[in-house]
Amino acid sequence: MTTSTKMRRYQAPVWDEPVIMETGAPGRRGQLFPAGEGAFASAGTTESLVPKGMQRKSAPALPENSEPDVLRHYLHLSQETLGMMGVNLFGTCTMKYNPRVSEKITARPYVADIHPDQHEDTMQGALEVIHRFDAIMRELSGMDQFVFQAAGGADAAYTQACVTRAYFAAKGELSQRNQIITSIQSHPCNPATAAAAGFEVITLPLEEDGYPSLDALKAAVSDRTAALMINNPDDMGVYNPEIKEWVRVVHEAGGLCFYDHANFNGVMGKIRARELGFDACMFMLHKTFGVPKGGGGPAVGAYGCTAELAPFMPGPLVTEKDGHYSLDDSSDVSTGRVREYLGNVHQVIKAYAWTRAMGAEGLDEACNISVLLNNYMEKRLLKIRGVTRSHPEGEAWRMEMTRYSLGKLFEDTGVTVFDVQNRMVDFGVDAFWLSHEPWVVPEPFTPEAGEMWSKEDIDYWIDVLAQISDEAYSDPEKVKSAPHNQAKAKLKGETLDDPERWATTWRAYKRKWGV
Amino acid sequence: MTNRPVRAHPYMPNSNRAAHDELMSETGVKSMESLFQQIPADHRISASIDLPPALTSEVSLSRHMHEILSKNVSCEDAVSFLGGGCWRHYVPAVCEEVMGRSEFLTSVWGTPSSDVGRNQAWFEFQSQLGELLALDMVGLPVYSWGCAAGHAIRMASRMTERFEVLVPRYMSPERRSVIENYCEPEEMPSAIRVVEFGVDPDTGCADLADIKDKLSDRTAAIYLENPGFLGVIEQNAAAIGDLAHQAGAELIVGVDPVSLGVLAPPSDYGADIVVGSIQPLGIRMYCGGGLGGFIASRDEERYAREYPTLMISIAETEREGEVAFGNSLFAQCSYGSREEGKDWTGNSVYLWAIGSAVYMSLLGPEGFRELGETILQRAHYCAAQLAEIPGVEVSHSGWFKEFTVNFDGSGKSVSAINEGLRRRGVFGGLDLSGAFPELGESALYCVTEMHTEDDIQHLATALKEVCAQ
Repeated sequence: MTTSTKMRRYQAPVWDEPVIMETGAPGRRGQLFPAGEGAFASAGTTESLVPKGMQRKSAPALPENSEPDVLRHYLHLSQETLGMMGVNLFGTCTMKYNPRVSEKITARPYVADIHPDQHEDTMQGALEVIHRFDAIMRELSGMDQFVFQAAGGADAAYTQACVTRAYFAAKGELSQRNQIITSIQSHPCNPATAAAAGFEVITLPLEEDGYPSLDALKAAVSDRTAALMINNPDDMGVYNPEIKEWVRVVHEAGGLCFYDHANFNGVMGKIRARELGFDACMFMLHKTFGVPKGGGGPAVGAYGCTAELAPFMPGPLVTEKDGHYSLDDSSDVSTGRVREYLGNVHQVIKAYAWTRAMGAEGLDEACNISVLLNNYMEKRLLKIRGVTRSHPEGEAWRMEMTRYSLGKLFEDTGVTVFDVQNRMVDFGVDAFWLSHEPWVVPEPFTPEAGEMWSKEDIDYWIDVLAQISDEAYSDPEKVKSAPHNQAKAKLKGETLDDPERWATTWRAYKRKWGV
Repeated sequence: MTNRPVRAHPYMPNSNRAAHDELMSETGVKSMESLFQQIPADHRISASIDLPPALTSEVSLSRHMHEILSKNVSCEDAVSFLGGGCWRHYVPAVCEEVMGRSEFLTSVWGTPSSDVGRNQAWFEFQSQLGELLALDMVGLPVYSWGCAAGHAIRMASRMTERFEVLVPRYMSPERRSVIENYCEPEEMPSAIRVVEFGVDPDTGCADLADIKDKLSDRTAAIYLENPGFLGVIEQNAAAIGDLAHQAGAELIVGVDPVSLGVLAPPSDYGADIVVGSIQPLGIRMYCGGGLGGFIASRDEERYAREYPTLMISIAETEREGEVAFGNSLFAQCSYGSREEGKDWTGNSVYLWAIGSAVYMSLLGPEGFRELGETILQRAHYCAAQLAEIPGVEVSHSGWFKEFTVNFDGSGKSVSAINEGLRRRGVFGGLDLSGAFPELGESALYCVTEMHTEDDIQHLATALKEVCAQ
């Protein structure tokens, strides 16, 4: 296949920016503080105010820079970050537009300069937004109560594990119900948080149609089952049509059912977790609800559950009476905090603003477009030499993602999926997501179209992949030695896991590498 | 099914009839509805989604948000003395300029070549924090100080194969609750028992005899905070470290990084793992949304192999003489090993790591010293003013930016005093009377470089009035 679009000429900014630890000169200052000024001098000095043995003996070896030096250094680093500046179809993360109006709103003192222990009368605005957004989340999921304390999707999965513990502890069954069931296609955070909370994890394998069999689930449940933690659709765009039956089987065994809604975009407004029988669910506000990723947080895992489970949630919860909002932390069976305070409140505010900007019609439209665009992509991508998809026999349209494989390309050319990632960024296109561990297809990749990209953007992304496929077959070395147009060459990974060479700080680097 | 919006939505370039038709025809899709054929009919929503009307124009949305949020009273509107786990320090404009850059704000993952600038900023966060702490190993941040402490205690438990941790009587109740959660209820086989050691209410320092009493061969770690929750700088920290090590336990110290220009880093007095908050390092409070936590230690495999965090490491590239930044020890995190991984990781507060890197670069060694001294002076000046008010007593000496104020002599509750202060435009200190009744009517006051003489005068005047009422 040859490309239909003219490739853009792209070159990442190259600044050869030194590590900040190497910069500066003695005596330069980037911030001054008014020590010893005015009446405060009378209070004493560090020497008189800090007990002798606890005073710092030698100054930290931080760089000494002026304010413009620091600003330009970090501006250069930002320019050496491709991120979402080109086309970014990073699967499972639902890349969306992050409205800048929300950044402006949350930078104002009435959001940014609120202390979480202020009296509730002085944070009625923040509590009102949380309460309103809780209502929106309930409407989308059918759940009875949400809490936004969890500081990410994985933290919401952890919240589920904690709620599960508190629920069965109250029933006196926690020692017995110590197993959590999940599938091999669930996000790693589900088994990981279940294990960190003290549960045994049972992982169900996939069958040919892309999801685990009902029989495997039936064999796994018992009077030791505490909960099922599962996503649907999975990261391959496959919806498990037996999910209601799954919930029935787990409930019959006495366990709880948690719906990891990481992949909500493809079913947004089409299904409600509660109507499928689930006891609890989680939405990621930094994915589905328009909150920026920030390179990995601050994030929010919005956790919702039934009225039966609500007393076990981490508190405090926001309640409303006669137009006045309060914090309720009164449940004596609550699991306690999973993270301090109310969570990443400014991110909840952004999610609320995004959802209000979309409305129910906008959410439905976003869902439709994301599924339509994924299938449009699939049609074109499968025409590219060396590209196949998981579960090729499935005839139904995939949901908002499809799991592809470059196994054929690798067999034919020796070019790996990592090489392709490194070549993609040469075109100003962010590297695609591969797959969570373990890989169920060889050399996997997972684009997610979402709703924010134009058809031209999607076509460009596909054209880039087509071009790289052409290169792999005609000049594989060009792909293997990529990137060529980036700020840095390919990282040599062999020292990263060598205790004699890894260095997570400059001081360790100097010591180990003798620089 | 709801109708498609008539006008294209500004966030969605394909939200118009022509784009739909083109995509559907090129894909071979007959109807939008047919795309959802995988979902059985009886799974579909019972009634359509009912949300408040859309505010598709930015002007309407902006007004709506302002109308709600302007009901808040911020710490810029009032004079606030709240701390205890979230603090109002000054955030230099450059920190927010950099964090607001779209490249950083919206990046997701990338490659070490394409997102090298972000990875380098993360490495610089770890490196500069390492200098402040005088420790060689620092991971990318976790959600909060409480979460960092919880992870550190779990690391110590795995390293020592012991299942008890000693924690101080006085801790932020928020943080303590998080730690209890991370230590698991007693029914779980890997539960870590949380045992309190005494803190002398008169000095605010740890009770060494009580620590000795409670240390045993079951103790995985002593978790100490310095300054402690009541604000006091722990003078016996080295002795506590010795006790821990003699018992074969780890010393974990929770620390306020803005104190480290003037206070000795915990590695000076034997800390094995150091945790704390990054929020004071250039992040605003955001009603608690500004939190972030760090974990650091010596660079020894015994510790390194237990980190749950992502760890950015410097390494060579294929180009001679060039370095870039990738993930070390990735296989042990939950992305790499699912339930076999160390605790779990995921989205965290990595944007804040960049803000904190900028903050530390701006301050440098002399900035941290000057900031520490500025805070010490202002806080002690404030305490001296308050101590002159009849019925008001400053409980301890030898503290950094927070101090405990007791109101027993006023005959009033903290809650009544704080209400009186609030009416006078002051947010009084954090009420300690509920969590720690033995401290009487006490509150934790926090003073930083943000407070002016006028602010402190405002507090003193208001407090005099309230106490005299």
